[in-house]
Amino acid sequence: MQENAALALLPDLVIKSRDPSAETEAMFGLAAWASQFTPATALDLPSTLVLDVTASLKLFGKPEEIVRRLRTGLRELGFRSAWAVAPTASAACWFARMSQQFLIVDREILMQKISALPLGILKSAADLMRDFASLGLETIGDIQSLPRAGVSRRFGQELLAEIDRGTGQRPDPRTFFKPPAVFLAEIELPAEATQAEALLFASRRLLLQLEGFLIARSSGIERFTLKLLHRTSSSEVHVGMLSPSRDVEHFSRLLRERLGTSTLKEPVRALAIVADSVRPLRTDSGDLFIDESISIGNWKSLVDQLRSRLGEKSVHGLSAHSEHRPELASIPTDPGAIQLQLALEGRPLWMLEVPRPIKPVDQYPGTADRIQLVSGPERIESGWWDGRDFIRDYFVARTPDQSLLWIYQERPVASRGQKGSWYLQGIFS
Amino acid sequence: MHDSRTAVASEIPQHPSIWRGKDLARTRVPGISTGFVSLDAELPGGGWPVSNLTEIMPTHEGIGELRFLSPALAALSQSGKYIAWINPPYLPYAPAIAAARIILQTVLIVKTAGARETLWAAEQALRANACGAVLVWPGPTVDYAALRRLQMAAEGSHTISFIFRPVSAGMTASPAPLRLRLETSCGDLAVQILKRRGNPASRPVVLAARELLPLPTETGYARNTVPSLDRHSSAGTAGGALPPSSLHA
Repeated sequence: MQENAALALLPDLVIKSRDPSAETEAMFGLAAWASQFTPATALDLPSTLVLDVTASLKLFGKPEEIVRRLRTGLRELGFRSAWAVAPTASAACWFARMSQQFLIVDREILMQKISALPLGILKSAADLMRDFASLGLETIGDIQSLPRAGVSRRFGQELLAEIDRGTGQRPDPRTFFKPPAVFLAEIELPAEATQAEALLFASRRLLLQLEGFLIARSSGIERFTLKLLHRTSSSEVHVGMLSPSRDVEHFSRLLRERLGTSTLKEPVRALAIVADSVRPLRTDSGDLFIDESISIGNWKSLVDQLRSRLGEKSVHGLSAHSEHRPELASIPTDPGAIQLQLALEGRPLWMLEVPRPIKPVDQYPGTADRIQLVSGPERIESGWWDGRDFIRDYFVARTPDQSLLWIYQERPVASRGQKGSWYLQGIFS
Repeated sequence: MHDSRTAVASEIPQHPSIWRGKDLARTRVPGISTGFVSLDAELPGGGWPVSNLTEIMPTHEGIGELRFLSPALAALSQSGKYIAWINPPYLPYAPAIAAARIILQTVLIVKTAGARETLWAAEQALRANACGAVLVWPGPTVDYAALRRLQMAAEGSHTISFIFRPVSAGMTASPAPLRLRLETSCGDLAVQILKRRGNPASRPVVLAARELLPLPTETGYARNTVPSLDRHSSAGTAGGALPPSSLHA
């Protein structure tokens, strides 16, 4: 139908031009996703995916099971599909393109069904349809009943070769699809989205695709990026995990936390998910004496969840360093990372982020309403090599409220250890 | 006949399914030992209650409010359980945590911006049921509903959870089944049990300072120059809230 004719019938019609390159890209994405069922996945462009499932039957049981999983998967990804199972790849493609959803294992039935197919299904028949019509040839069976020598002379060798590949009389090699090393999938939204919820819904399709990609490589990812394409600009949302994962539900949960905390500056036109840190997935082998009440898996997903809302730096573990300067002896680290138990007696559990100046007063200790020095001094003099050197005399002090504090008197390096100001650095909580 | 009846009557009070008003409440799951015999004896379940919120209200900072938890935290971390520190008021110091025998690997510190995030993080930590202990510093004001949510989350977990609140919070109602006020008494730590399941506690449990480890060694220091905290200092805001009474010197 012509564009203006269509518009005359339906004035509100929105006309979208078909984008063949986007279709091809989508097919490549589906091939990567479908590789989870068999590594022998091939593309028959423009719109057919060929899977050699012979070796996968042991894992999935019956071909029906693979078909069921493929179809539910494709539906979740937002694609409609027609399928067919046959002993040869070409025949399966023909039946699927005809939407004849056959599941053929028997070779004789295959022959019958092939002879009934219209000639138009053959690629090599595209230019010959008029000749076929004038000769009254309609189905593949009609060609097969003619003498082969005559057919190849009149219509060329390719026609018979194509039919032979379908019936299995000629080998039908395919180039298998090699999944890319980096996952990238894009989706254009049907309408511009301003709500995080709409983005989550759309990104789920991409995440499902990502899961298939990861299963095919028996890998997981430690982080992925959601790219938001706006009208004129683009923005990115990064999601990181403590250990490699390929769980769609986990990905969605983390993305929800991230999107929940960020605001969309502009409406979103399209989404893309990029994952390049593909890592082999370690399956935790079950511990014989594991404490069932608390699971490590829960802990890792808790850390991921907290990090995706509060930011990576706000959720951390602690490591002790063998360093005399108190500020450098306790360093944030990745949660759960193996640590040396470098213990130091007589140090406070709480440290102030920045030592707080306190005022010295000449007083005799022992009066009940004054701060008393309980122990000390402990001289810490270190760091001449990195320019952050200091000389300090540390004391434990007790306030009238019986709070125990860790304080020090500075002895500036420049003035050769002359007594300096007093600071509060820690609390013995 | 008569004899056997009196025998039964005298046995009744000892029957395990009879609860008497002067007893502590019994708990389904035993508590986690506090590390102090005298304190365990006063707590239902014989220790810190699992799957319940415990409120800690210290009168001042630096009187041992963390040190008195450290034996239980150390025991949990040594059995491989994680300890979440949510919005601590100061930086937890790794060498001191290690000295308290808490395994550093099990420490998870969560910094939040505001009470809402703190409560959210605490709830997630409890709901995930992934930590042995959760320590929460939600700030001065937490409403009853928020505490109720935390208590509900705690009930579904196998976690001991401590929520640190100002001493003034002891005047208001709370859904936490165990509430403790911490005071000092001649340098020792006095634990006043404001609320527990079962009969109310009458007197505080006093934990001697030497029992609270790790403690700085006292060497009987004497000296002329004693500093005082300067309340007018411009940089004095960095450290946050010290007890106001320690500011006058």
